[in-house]
Amino acid sequence: MSSKDKTWKEISIAGVCPKSSESFKTGDWKTYMPILDTEKCIVCLTCVMLCPDGAINWIPDTNKISFDYTFCKGCGICANECPAKALTMKIDNTEG
Amino acid sequence: MTTQEWKFTSKDIAVKPDLFLSGHRACAGCGPATVMRLIMKATRGPTIVTQATGCMEVVSSIYPYTSWNVPWLHTAFENAAANAAGIEAAIKAMQRKGKLKEHIDVIAIAGDGGTFDIGLQSLSGAVERGHDFLFVLYDNEGYMNTGIQRSGGTPSGAATTTTPAGSVIPGKLERKKPITEIMLAHGMEYVATATPYYWKDMITKVRKGLEVDGPAFLHVFAPCPRGWRSDQAKTMEYTKLAVETCIFPVWEAVNGKKQLSTPSKVIALAPQKKKPIKDYFKGQGRFRHLFTPKNIHVIDELQRLTDENWKKLLQNCESK
Amino acid sequence: MAQQNKKTLAFNGDEAVAFAVKQCNVDVVAAYPITPQTIIVEKFSEYVANGEVQTQFVCTESEHSAITASLSASTTGARTFTASASAGLALMHEMLFVTSGSRAPVVMAIANRALSAPLNIHGDHSDSMAQRDSGWIQLYVENAQEAYDSIIQAYKIAESCDVSLPIMVGLDGFTLSHSLENVDILSDEAVTDFIGERQLPQVLTHEGKSVPFKLDPKNPMTMGPVAFQNYYFEFKRQQEEGMKNALKRIQEVNSEFAKISGRCYGNGLIDKYKLEDAEVIVVCAGSTSGTLKVIVDELRACGVKAGLLRLRTFRPLPVEDLKNALKNAKAVAVMDKSMSFGGFGGAIFHEVRHSLYDSPVHPPVINYIYGLGGRDYSPSELRIVFDDLAEIAKTGDTGKQVRYLGLRE
Repeated sequence: MSSKDKTWKEISIAGVCPKSSESFKTGDWKTYMPILDTEKCIVCLTCVMLCPDGAINWIPDTNKISFDYTFCKGCGICANECPAKALTMKIDNTEG
Repeated sequence: MTTQEWKFTSKDIAVKPDLFLSGHRACAGCGPATVMRLIMKATRGPTIVTQATGCMEVVSSIYPYTSWNVPWLHTAFENAAANAAGIEAAIKAMQRKGKLKEHIDVIAIAGDGGTFDIGLQSLSGAVERGHDFLFVLYDNEGYMNTGIQRSGGTPSGAATTTTPAGSVIPGKLERKKPITEIMLAHGMEYVATATPYYWKDMITKVRKGLEVDGPAFLHVFAPCPRGWRSDQAKTMEYTKLAVETCIFPVWEAVNGKKQLSTPSKVIALAPQKKKPIKDYFKGQGRFRHLFTPKNIHVIDELQRLTDENWKKLLQNCESK
Repeated sequence: MAQQNKKTLAFNGDEAVAFAVKQCNVDVVAAYPITPQTIIVEKFSEYVANGEVQTQFVCTESEHSAITASLSASTTGARTFTASASAGLALMHEMLFVTSGSRAPVVMAIANRALSAPLNIHGDHSDSMAQRDSGWIQLYVENAQEAYDSIIQAYKIAESCDVSLPIMVGLDGFTLSHSLENVDILSDEAVTDFIGERQLPQVLTHEGKSVPFKLDPKNPMTMGPVAFQNYYFEFKRQQEEGMKNALKRIQEVNSEFAKISGRCYGNGLIDKYKLEDAEVIVVCAGSTSGTLKVIVDELRACGVKAGLLRLRTFRPLPVEDLKNALKNAKAVAVMDKSMSFGGFGGAIFHEVRHSLYDSPVHPPVINYIYGLGGRDYSPSELRIVFDDLAEIAKTGDTGKQVRYLGLRE
């Protein structure tokens, strides 16, 4: 929650939301994080499709999978579903 | 219904920007959250989404943040379909008056809470009136947002907070309401079931529903690891198992003619691939109490029921 | 005063409402029938079937869906109308709060009818009085003419960007809804010119844009979010501001309407009938005011300084107007066609007394509960009210403060 909440005069009526949830980083929820072995990855995009948080992206230019750890909650669905077993869930020791 | 099938590759879908944005507050491993993303990946143009109160509505619209990059309205719990009816009527009115030129797809989304039970009236009414909208039911088999209470969509044998596994009563006794059969009986042009594991099948079905000029209904199976007391990493795996055990077969009905979708067709053609429901129940805390000598007969009864329903479905489906 | 193509038609209250809605050429009507509002929806459906309107008419499967569809259509930018009464309005209860909280200027006609149990289809105000906290503007009309006029005015009031609140117009069930009257109508052009195109307030969306408040794929926005403890209160305060602005707006619209029609209803908030030097005053909302005016005239002819304050706008409550109009009276009686069980009198009684509380000098105020479940009352029975007031004015003793008129005790 924002530490500086606005007054009734400053906000739009009817609860129209003024911020995208993309500014709310859920990545700090995770205990485990998925680590990709790019050698094994077959770029099937299953993980991209099944991630509940849209935290996995396919980069067309490099044909690689990229993880957005600022949103990843560490659920492990990607690792569980990867047909190439290219993902391992490891303890998240990163800051924040 | 368009005769032109929507052809897409995984890469086409992967590069399409998410309209259900990251940063929502769903639990880690939430099945419905994946379903929301996939629904939005299947949109084809200007879209308005309206939603019933429930997990997905709450986690995606906590003021001042929103996870919806489309016009989105929530009003109450039981009226997603009535919301859609009003939006569609407004669109039609404005088109009639020349104030709006483009077509806008209207999608109503509700959980099993807002569909099977309290939402059934407004859904039935909106479908009967023939409004042009797609209704997507994300079914996690309980009122999860309020703390895992039973719904009409909770399967028999499941423990919920209002049908706990007690010493006398082993969880919910009543059967799961056959919601898709009920919707099929309304005579809609398109009714289907889907699971997110088979995401290609699911988004094709969403698109088919949007293409209908009139009401369409899609029932999507979406496990809740919290409510089901299951491993959050296995959420998608459970949707696959649900198909493989025939607990949740995937099919579609165009103008009432049922047809199995590929994942279930595979089982129909090779019955040895059909898995026992025990495999599906294992690991789900809500069924744990059934694996006791006292209650094991319930699993046998549920297996019999599942087999019966599967047989009925096969009989009703067109063989192709 | 412009009197464009004056025409008089014979309408009952319901028909007058339907005709007004037709002339307003609303975009969406979503409604469910309930006695005594049925004629509104039936009449309107005839207009639809004959191609006389370009309205999407949705026969919803319940009132809850009727108000929902009206709300969602309104948030999509459409001008909407619905109507209900009694149990139907009660069924809408949850959604009335949602509609006002969503700042949707839905216009709803209420053919005021008693609430069950026991079942009663006749007129009283219990249905809309029970919704007085819902955040809707509430008007009560005296006759079919005013019903017609008020529906037209309602759009202009509700759609004002600084108001943006839904509005219900109450007309007495059967007494007004089903009784035939001469109604002077405006031309179609006069009505459409008067209400104009719907104006939308601006809102700030998550894309950082300030855009018109409606569901529009070009400018996606989220409406109806969850607001936790840190924001809910502020949204409610915003609604109250809308109500405050409505007090002014109702008066403005009343004057503007007078210019094109030649008709005005007091200042739009209250209608004063022979109040200037009145010593005994009755406060009343709805059609009974008409009968009371006749009694006031009779009493005046006998030298009694009687007066009537017809309360047209109940929400927002015109506190200052009530205070100023009543403070010099010797005795005031407030008529209530509804009850607030266990609450020491009816709703209008509460609010009138409340309005007078801070005046340094104010008259004794008593309450008459009357007409419940369509219980009829004669002019002579109503005259008893004035007799009682005269007694109180003389002796200063209010006696029983909450009384029942026409109840067999």
